[in-house]
Amino acid sequence: MMHIKHEAEERHVLTVTVDNEAGILAKIAGLFTARGYNIDSLTVADITENHSVSRITIVTHGPPSQIDQIHAQLERLVPVHKVVDLTERGPFVQRELALIKVAGMGEKRVEALRIAGVFRAKPVDTSTSSFIFELTGAPDKIDTFVAIMRELGLVEVGRTGVVGMIRGAGEA
Amino acid sequence: MSEERSGANILVESLVKQGVEFVFGYPGGAVLPIYDALFGEERIRHILVRHEAGAAHAAEGYARSTGKPGVVLVTSGPGATNAVTGIADAFLDSIPLVVITGQVPTALIGSDAFQEADTVGISRHCTKHNYLVKDPADLAAIVDEAFQIATTGRPGPVLIDIPKDVQIAMAAWHGGPAQRRQRYAPRTQGAIEEIEDAVAMIAAAKAPVFYTGGGVINSGPRATALLRELQAKTGAPVTSTLMGLGAFPADSTDWLGMLGMHGTYEANMTMNQSDLIICVGARFDDRVTGRLDAFAPNSKKIHIDIDRSSINKTVPVDLPIIGDCAEVLQQILDVWGDRKPQDLTAWKDRIDTWRQKKSLSFPDNRDAIMPQLAIQRLFALTKPKDPIISTEVGQHQMWAAQHFHFFSPNKWLTSGGLGTMGYGLPAAIGAQLGNPDSLVIDIAGDASIQMNIQELGTATQYRLPVKIFILNNEWMGMVRQWQELTYESRYSNSYSDSLPDFVKLAEAYGWKGIRITRESELDDGIQAMMDYPGPVIVDCCVHNEANCFPMIPSGASHTEMILYGDSVAGTMDDEAKALV
Repeated sequence: MMHIKHEAEERHVLTVTVDNEAGILAKIAGLFTARGYNIDSLTVADITENHSVSRITIVTHGPPSQIDQIHAQLERLVPVHKVVDLTERGPFVQRELALIKVAGMGEKRVEALRIAGVFRAKPVDTSTSSFIFELTGAPDKIDTFVAIMRELGLVEVGRTGVVGMIRGAGEA
Repeated sequence: MSEERSGANILVESLVKQGVEFVFGYPGGAVLPIYDALFGEERIRHILVRHEAGAAHAAEGYARSTGKPGVVLVTSGPGATNAVTGIADAFLDSIPLVVITGQVPTALIGSDAFQEADTVGISRHCTKHNYLVKDPADLAAIVDEAFQIATTGRPGPVLIDIPKDVQIAMAAWHGGPAQRRQRYAPRTQGAIEEIEDAVAMIAAAKAPVFYTGGGVINSGPRATALLRELQAKTGAPVTSTLMGLGAFPADSTDWLGMLGMHGTYEANMTMNQSDLIICVGARFDDRVTGRLDAFAPNSKKIHIDIDRSSINKTVPVDLPIIGDCAEVLQQILDVWGDRKPQDLTAWKDRIDTWRQKKSLSFPDNRDAIMPQLAIQRLFALTKPKDPIISTEVGQHQMWAAQHFHFFSPNKWLTSGGLGTMGYGLPAAIGAQLGNPDSLVIDIAGDASIQMNIQELGTATQYRLPVKIFILNNEWMGMVRQWQELTYESRYSNSYSDSLPDFVKLAEAYGWKGIRITRESELDDGIQAMMDYPGPVIVDCCVHNEANCFPMIPSGASHTEMILYGDSVAGTMDDEAKALV
């Protein structure tokens, strides 16, 4: 009898600087599916004045040997200029933005607004029976806020995925 | 001086500037403007294949045997998808190809137009890079970059998809150097500390072995010469992967033969018992390592590879050196200087005891030609002509790797990574075009040869004297062998039923056909094949149930080889069956 074995896994945040050309996102996302790697989140936007270079932040998890392969395989793509494993490189900031819609009346509505204040979540839309909160922070902060809102009438959550950057003065 | 030219014309001029001699292709609706630009073009010779897969493999054979990039031209949709197998083959074996595909006009892309396929999407993960050209003004720079990417670093296929309107539209052409991006710059030299560490490790080793691969061939003839020089200075024995055969001469006393699943006993035992493996341009493929946790357990490993993603992919190594094989071997030789290696006498004595196993031996047979013997005779009789050998995939391929011997690079063309049946005939055609004076032989099996049999017509059309030597055992022999070993001889769909008469087939295409059925006819048949000035199929009818040994069964280690005479029929546990 054969069973599938699983290895211990780590979460890593990678930033990938790429030529902003057609198909590059498909190339990167496809590399992950083709080689059986995981994508927890992926964000992309161009970062230069002339829109020629984009920065992609990928959150992935896997065994350490696989993380190393992901790094090497990304570097192998011609339009990829640079890959930085923030988790490997040292202290870094990671932030994501979430929009959280909560509906309810009475005490639950008041409690939702009070807790939003504690988390410094900003109401960006209000009706008499609902709020949309905007919250920025590390992923676990957003997880915690969403978990609490679940009890207070959570309707919908939208998250951007993580953007990360190395701490200190230097460029990664 | 700038003038306006059509995209198709710019493409052709750009290919001429790259020194392209041959384009392997097949016309169709979406490439008609390019074919029109090729009409009457005398600087490039177009080779009309019979199927687009044949075009890609022929370009591979040309590239592998000449060291120059192969160029393919096919139409959109089915033209492109038919070429994909050859592109994937070139990707896994690191063969430089530039593949030009026609595409439906830009305005029709995405509309499910006639003969539309998402070629860039389909080829994304089997090319080193690919492009969809949107403006003929970009074409010269793209072609220039495509050739650079295909031929430098770890070589591979690059695809350029050109919509029909872009082929027809006009753009400025100045004939000068293309203004391409300077973004691809692979690292070619190792750091000096790495080189010093490597020299110290080699100098200290008491049981070293060189494990060499296709990277040595891809790096060019200089890498082969430097490998031989370093081997002479260090005395370490040499084994090679399937793709690396020819980099080290097979008549050297330090040659161990191929390693891996069907490698020699001495090569695999030497790897297993070594204290240092110097891996040059190979990638620890599963066909080489066998069971990973039992692979060379007591050895330190140096890994020289131009592709950083090959490092630690399957086997963790002690000293990776990223760089071109020739450059790094030169660096090691420079630092080595007049050093002396350890006394390797005891190590070589041990290796000699493994050689005594005579792992490539096979039993005599009075009633049928043993396929191994057929290869041995083919080798012996053709050796003075220093032939180029291509193969298909299966038992015959492994027998050729074991019993044909190579002394120089670019003489051995085989589908290693992808294992593509149908590779050998078109590859032989490409090789013959690139080497018009060479004897080129496709060693084939009765099943594989049928996968691109239509290319017989291509050889006829261009008067190419390629030879096909079929080891005909009326089975998909390797499948049959695995079924015998792991599925208690349940031969599910592996019998080659309804085989054509290969002699008559040869004659139908204007080839010569020769049939060999008895050992006594073997030498005369081979000689007749060599003496005939045109293309020949030799239908060599061999023992139907001969197996390819030695063999490391899946899930086993290098020390658990099966040799001829061992009892093998039976089954395996599920863990072993699940391995490829």
